[in-house]
Amino acid sequence: MSTLPGQQSNGGPPGSPQGRDNRVLLEAQGLKKYFPVTKGLLLSKAIGWIKAVDGVSFEVREGQTLGIVGESGCGKSTTAKMLLMLEKPTEGKILFQGEDIYKVGAIKRKEYRSAVQAVFQDPWSSLNPRMRVKDIVAEPMVINLQLSRKEIRERAEKLLTDVGLNAYHANLYPHEFSGGQRQRLAIARALSLNPQVIVLDEPVSALDVSIRAQIMNLLRDLQGEYNVSYLLIAHNLATVRYMCHLVAVMYLGQIVELSEVKELFNNPLHPYTKALMSAALPSHPDIQREEIILSGEVPSPLNPPSGCHFHTRCPWVMERCSSEEPGMREVAPNHMVSCHLY
Amino acid sequence: MAMTKDDIVLQVENLRTYFQTRWGTVKAVDGVSFDLRRGETLGIVGESGCGKSVTVLSIMRLILSPPGHIVGGKVFLEGQDILQLSDKEMSQVRGSKIGIILQDPMTSLNPVFSIGDQVMEAIRIHQRIPGRNGVLEKALEVLRKVKIPAAEVRVRDYPHQMSGGMRQRVVGAIGISCQPLVLIADEPTTSLDVTIQAQYLRLLKEIQEESGLALIFITHDFGIVAKMCDRVAVMYAGRIVEMGDVRDIFNHPSHPYTEALLSSVPKMEEDVDRLYSIEGQPPTLHNLPEGCSFAARCPYVMDRCREEYPPQTQTGEGHFANCWRHGA
Repeated sequence: MSTLPGQQSNGGPPGSPQGRDNRVLLEAQGLKKYFPVTKGLLLSKAIGWIKAVDGVSFEVREGQTLGIVGESGCGKSTTAKMLLMLEKPTEGKILFQGEDIYKVGAIKRKEYRSAVQAVFQDPWSSLNPRMRVKDIVAEPMVINLQLSRKEIRERAEKLLTDVGLNAYHANLYPHEFSGGQRQRLAIARALSLNPQVIVLDEPVSALDVSIRAQIMNLLRDLQGEYNVSYLLIAHNLATVRYMCHLVAVMYLGQIVELSEVKELFNNPLHPYTKALMSAALPSHPDIQREEIILSGEVPSPLNPPSGCHFHTRCPWVMERCSSEEPGMREVAPNHMVSCHLY
Repeated sequence: MAMTKDDIVLQVENLRTYFQTRWGTVKAVDGVSFDLRRGETLGIVGESGCGKSVTVLSIMRLILSPPGHIVGGKVFLEGQDILQLSDKEMSQVRGSKIGIILQDPMTSLNPVFSIGDQVMEAIRIHQRIPGRNGVLEKALEVLRKVKIPAAEVRVRDYPHQMSGGMRQRVVGAIGISCQPLVLIADEPTTSLDVTIQAQYLRLLKEIQEESGLALIFITHDFGIVAKMCDRVAVMYAGRIVEMGDVRDIFNHPSHPYTEALLSSVPKMEEDVDRLYSIEGQPPTLHNLPEGCSFAARCPYVMDRCREEYPPQTQTGEGHFANCWRHGA
C-alpha cells in the first residue's frame, strides 16, 4: 500500500525492546483473588469461591508496557483492580520499588496511589459529567500536591496540550467532547500526578476505528515523553502487538504464557495462545490461518478444571494434564510458558 | 466469480433515509446503491454513524417513523420493489425472505419467552406447518443447524440461561429458520469473545455454503471483511465512497478514506512501525459540508473537493470510488 502523506514514523514503542536492563518498578507475586459465593441472607456463609485470579506473577519494568490478554472472565481486569488497590488480594504480594504495598505505612501507600494511575475503557462513564475539564484534570493535583492555584492551572493547561487538546477546552464539560477527546482527557488526568505506572484497561476498544490509532499513537508518544510504564489490559492481539514490550496471556485466572512481544507472536507455545492467535481476524483476505478449533466455552471459575485449567479444551491434551498443574518454565530467553508439552 | 444479472437477488438504487430532528434534517443514508448476488457476501464497512445500520434497517423497512423517513430510492428483492409494498405485505417478506441478526443477543431476544418459543414464532408465522409438534421439529432442526448442543433440552431454556455465543446462535437460527434469500448480519460478533467469534463466523459460512443465501455483513472491522466477504462497500457520512472486490479493496484502495482506515489498524501478523492516524472526527450528519464529506480529514485534499461532491468513477473491474483523484 502507498504511504499516506503527512505522517512521520518514529519506530516501535519507545524503550529497549529486550527490557531485561530496565529496572523493575512493580511486581506481582502469586496474586490471588477469590470471591465468595454466599448462601443465606443474614447468616450468609460462603459455599464456594470464584477463583477470579489464581496465582499470578509478573513484573512491570520502567518505561515499558506489559500487556495482559485474554478473553472475558479470565481475570485480567481483576488483576488490574488489585494493582490499583481497588480490590484487596486474597493472597500474594504487590511490590512497588521492592516494598510490599500492603505492609508500608499510610504515607507510602498514598504515594503508591499517586504513582499508579488508571485509564478505563469507557470514557463516557469514567469522567464526571458535572465537572469542568479543568477541574477533572486538576482534581488529583489539588488533593495530592501542594501547589498554588496558578501552578495547578498552568500544569492542567500543559497536560491538555500534551494530550492533543487545547487550553481553551479547560472550561468545557465532558459531554461537549467526542469519544476520542474524552479518552484524551482521561489520559491527561492520569498523567497529572506524574505517575510511574498507568493501568490502561481496554483504552481503545470503546472508540471508533479511525480514532483508535490516534489514541494508541498518543499513548506511545507520551510513554517516551513522561517515561511512564503501562500495564495494558486488552483482548485484541493486534493492539497488544503494537503497544507492548512484554505480553502475558491469561486463561481462567492464571498466566499461561509470558513473553517478550516479538518472540510471542513469532513463536507462540501454549496451546491456548496458539488458539487465540488462530482465531484472531486476518489483516488481509489472502491470509489463511490454520484454525485451531477449541471445543466448547471457557469453564466456570467457580469450579475450574483440575490440573491444567485448559485441559478440557486443549487439542494436545495428555493424561497428566488433568491431574498435574504445570508450573511456569522459561523455555527460551524471556519466554515463559505453563504447559506440560514443554 | 462469473455471475449474470439473473443472480442478483437484492438491488438497492439510490436509497435515501432522512431523519427530522431538532437540529435539522439528518441525511443518515444519502443515495446508497448496490446489488447483491446469490450466495455472495457483501461487507458494508464504516465507523459508527456512517449510516450502515440505517441502510439495512431501511431495506427491512424497520425505520421508526417519525422521525425517520425513506425519502427516495428503490429496493428490488427478486425484481420486486419492496419499498412499494403495504405494511402487511412487507411483514410477509420480513423474516421469510430477508432475515436479520442484530448486534446484541441480550436485547434482540425476549427474556420472558423460552428460546424454543421464539424460534417457533418465526416458523409459525411464515410457514404452513400443521400442529405444534411439526413446528417444534422444524425449530429443533434449525437449532441443530446452528450447532446448539442438546437442542431438545435447550429449547426450554430462557435467554439468560445461555452464554452470549449460544444466544447469538439462537438469533441466527431465527434468522435462517425460513430459508431466506438474504441474511443481514449487523455486527453479529462485536459482543463475543475472540474464540467464540471465530466459531460463529465459521458457522455462518457453513450455513451459507449449504443454503446459498446471500449475506450482508455490517461491520466496522476490516478483519471480519477480510475473513468473510467477497465484496466490500465502504461507507462514510451516509454514502458509499468505495466499492469493489475484497482483494482489490485491500490491495489497491482507491478512496483516501479506505486507504487511511486500512493503514490505521494494527496488524497481528507483522510489526507496524507507526499507525496512520486520521485527523479529526467524522462530520455530523445534519450539517454536512459542501463537496466531499471526507475533505476535511483527507491528506490529498484539493480545492475542488470542497466545492463539489465527486461522482462515482470506475477504478478497476467492478471497483468504484467517489474521489476527484480519479478524475471525473
